[in-house]
Amino acid sequence: MFISLEFQQQNTNEKELSRVTCWLLGAIITALSIALTIALLVTDKAVPGLADLAAKNLDISGVENPVTAVLLNFRSYDTLLEIAVLLIVAVAILPTQSSTTTQFLSVDDKIIISPVLVGLLKWLVPLAILVGGYLLWTGAYSPGGAFQAGAVVAGAGVALSLAGRHDFLWQTTKARVALNLGLLVFLLVAAANAIVTGTSLQYPVEHAGWLILVVEIAATLSIAAILLLLFVRLKKIAERSEQEINQ
Amino acid sequence: MTQDLLYSVVGVALFGIGVFGVVVAAHVIRKLIAVNIMGIGVFMVLLASAHHGAITDPVPHAMVLTGIVVAVAGTAQCLWLALRIQLLDENEAGESTQ
Repeated sequence: MFISLEFQQQNTNEKELSRVTCWLLGAIITALSIALTIALLVTDKAVPGLADLAAKNLDISGVENPVTAVLLNFRSYDTLLEIAVLLIVAVAILPTQSSTTTQFLSVDDKIIISPVLVGLLKWLVPLAILVGGYLLWTGAYSPGGAFQAGAVVAGAGVALSLAGRHDFLWQTTKARVALNLGLLVFLLVAAANAIVTGTSLQYPVEHAGWLILVVEIAATLSIAAILLLLFVRLKKIAERSEQEINQ
Repeated sequence: MTQDLLYSVVGVALFGIGVFGVVVAAHVIRKLIAVNIMGIGVFMVLLASAHHGAITDPVPHAMVLTGIVVAVAGTAQCLWLALRIQLLDENEAGESTQ
């Protein structure tokens, strides 16, 4: 993908700044950084911030890891919007042409790749998915959660994509479902919650645990699919072939 | 305390490096990397602010996690636009020489 690193400078109208300007800028920015550091030093921290509040309410959050509790219960609006932002970017980058193929993952065995690579992928991909599942599960108790798990699972797809034999087709229903599932499930849970309890994202204490797990599983799938989509599509366009871009 | 201080100072330094990069770099991808470095600086300052001895404030941690995801999405979108613009430029250049 870094073929594009030789991005022509003549295409842009900008030129490199002169040496004197660079030094001047450097001096200004150094002064700014020093001022910022001093500002940080003289400002008292908000002790203890929201740590106490989060710790006190951890019992009613449904999970034991305070960060997950904040992400998916106390401030779940943030996470909902985060997934929406990811989906918007995915929609912007999705291929525009429709396709008749219905297979999401296609393998071209004719492409010859190193047997070492084949062996590595056989181990690496299932392992990455397993680690993703573990990270998702452990997010309820210790550091981990939907984003970390999604990133690891997407990593498995990136490895497949880089090896060269596998191709992903984003027009398939399967892919579309995976991309949208996170936001859909999140919204459905919020809507169902709003109907039953009257508040959209404030889960009832006795059901909070499994509701968060359901949302997290769906979010993991979507985050993995979207991160993979971003990588695969950028790789394709960097390979610079117009036909492939619109496929 | 010293550890927090180190994180904060390095965070501010990274932010400064990022600002410098955004202004000085002519190349779009370099600018984008610089913006990401700025973001990482901000995240480090936030993480340092979350640390109060034995207790850790989970809210800044959650904010950083959300921030990372949004940064990834934004970076991807910018790369996409940059590559599309380059492709358009190349096509135009190809047409004008013909």
